[in-house]
Formats: sequence, C-alpha cells, structure tokens
Amino acid sequence: MEKQQHRLAFGTLVITSKLPDTMVHFTAEERAAVVSLWAKVNVELVGGEVLGRLLVVYPWTQRFFDNFGNLSSESAIMGNPKVKAHGKKVLTSFGNAVKHMDDLKDTFAELSELHCDKMHVDPENFKLLGNMILIVLATHFSKEFTPQVQAAWQKLTTAVANALAHRYH
Amino acid sequence: MVLSAAERAAVRALWTKLGSNVGVYATEALERTFLAFPTTKTYFPHLDLTPGSAQVKAHGQKVADALTRAVAHLDDLPTALWALSDLHVRQLRVDPVNFKLLGHCLLVTLARHYPGDFSPAMHASLEKFLSHVISALATSYG
Repeated sequence: MEKQQHRLAFGTLVITSKLPDTMVHFTAEERAAVVSLWAKVNVELVGGEVLGRLLVVYPWTQRFFDNFGNLSSESAIMGNPKVKAHGKKVLTSFGNAVKHMDDLKDTFAELSELHCDKMHVDPENFKLLGNMILIVLATHFSKEFTPQVQAAWQKLTTAVANALAHRYH
Repeated sequence: MVLSAAERAAVRALWTKLGSNVGVYATEALERTFLAFPTTKTYFPHLDLTPGSAQVKAHGQKVADALTRAVAHLDDLPTALWALSDLHVRQLRVDPVNFKLLGHCLLVTLARHYPGDFSPAMHASLEKFLSHVISALATSYG
C-alpha cells in the first residue's frame, strides 16, 4: 500500500496508508462488458453526439456553453464544431475511467475540483451526461447493448458521476 | 415544457411504427430496469423476475397498454392516467424516482431497436413525453 504524508495544523506530520478505492466493485463480467465495447467506440464521433444530445434533450445544459456560438436548433447543435470538439474531450476523459475502474475517485479528483470551483456545474448534469452516453451506445451497438451490458455501463457512468461530484464543497 | 404540435406528431408516428411490439419493448425496458437498477426489484417480490419470465412479460404488456393510452391522450394526461396514479400512490406506494428509471430504460430500448428513427429531436420529444407521463403518474402524490 502506498503511504501518504499529510501535514496537519501546527506542522504535525501524519503518515497514513492510502487504501485502494473500494467504493465500487466491478465483477469480471462487468469489466469485460465495458472494456470490449469501449474498444469499438469512435470517441470523436460518439463524444460529439453525446454532448450534442445533452444540449438538445436538456436545453438548460446550454448554460455552460454560452461561448459555443450557434445552439439555436437541433441541426445547429449537432453540427456545431465546438460541440463536437468538446464532446470528444469529454469522452476521451471518460476513457480514463475505463482504464481506472478501481480508482475512479482519485482519477477524477482534479476534474471534480475544476467542475466545482471553476465551472460551477451542478453534479446532476454528470448523471444526465452518463445517460446520454448509454443511449448513444444503444443506437450504435444494437446487438452488443444487451441488458447485462447496459447494467455494467450504468454502474460505470454512475460511479464516474459520483467521482466527479466527490470533491464538491 | 409543453409538447409542441411537431413533438406530438413525432411521438404518435413512432408509436404507430412500434405497432403491436410495444409490449415486447416495454418488457425489455422492465428487464433492463431490474438489471441496471436493482433497487427497483423491491417492488416486485411477488413476481418471478428472471429474464424471459412470463410474469414480467405480462407486466410489460400492462405498462405498454398504459403508454399507448397516454399517447392517445397527449392533451390530457393527468385525467387519462388518474386511475393509474391513484394505484401507484395509494396501493403500490412506489417512490416516484423509480418512474424515471423505467423511462430511461425505455429510451435505451427504443434507441437500440430504432437507431435510425432515434434522432436527437425524436429523443427530445420522447423524453418530454415520458416526463409528462411521469408527472401525471405523480399527480396523486399531492
């Protein structure tokens, strides 16, 4: 186990052991379901669709993207280059979750602080985005997206949403 | 978030396309809900919830019939769904958060089976429709 040093008030040094993140447990089948489907995902294409759908289906989420230009219609949103680019960024970051399914809280600690302190995003939005990921995966992978595969992905998106909310204060 | 004329037309058109398969999709949505959100199973201790169960199919058909009735009464959902609302609130005592979970799984099911029809605009129309159904179901919660 890794050891961490924490400096408390008055210079008191405390050494604790860093325990693995045991909050979410994924079975071997769930991991396989996530990893095998992720390998087939075109991150650029799917990322753009996921973010686009979020902005279309839940229009109040546009509040975070005032500088993205034209978001006035479904076609404007889905064709908007800034939406596509940002969607790719977001989904690439999600790919990190797939690589660190046992350590999500630490993996997303910095991003959590960023979303709270700099971007002021209500964590409810992470759940909405997670659901958009699932729905877009369902449209792209009809055959593979069985109820079992959905359940594994549902667990992952929920865990990522929680990890992103973890550092909020 | 009232449904516009175009959104109503879109929902009705899709429902017509689903035809007699609404029951199949509602059943799949239920199966997905039980797997993805295991807490929802707590409302069905009396049913065999294994995938393919005849009891889940029968329940899926009930859900399908209610949704079909909702599609036929888009102008007045609270009245059309009043009896169902009363049932879910007073007798079944279902926490309303669960309606959203089933709604989400229904969207996943339809997205999977009709990817070509499931444009962002259709997705938005269905999402609105389901949230109106859920509000109508929650009317009795007072």
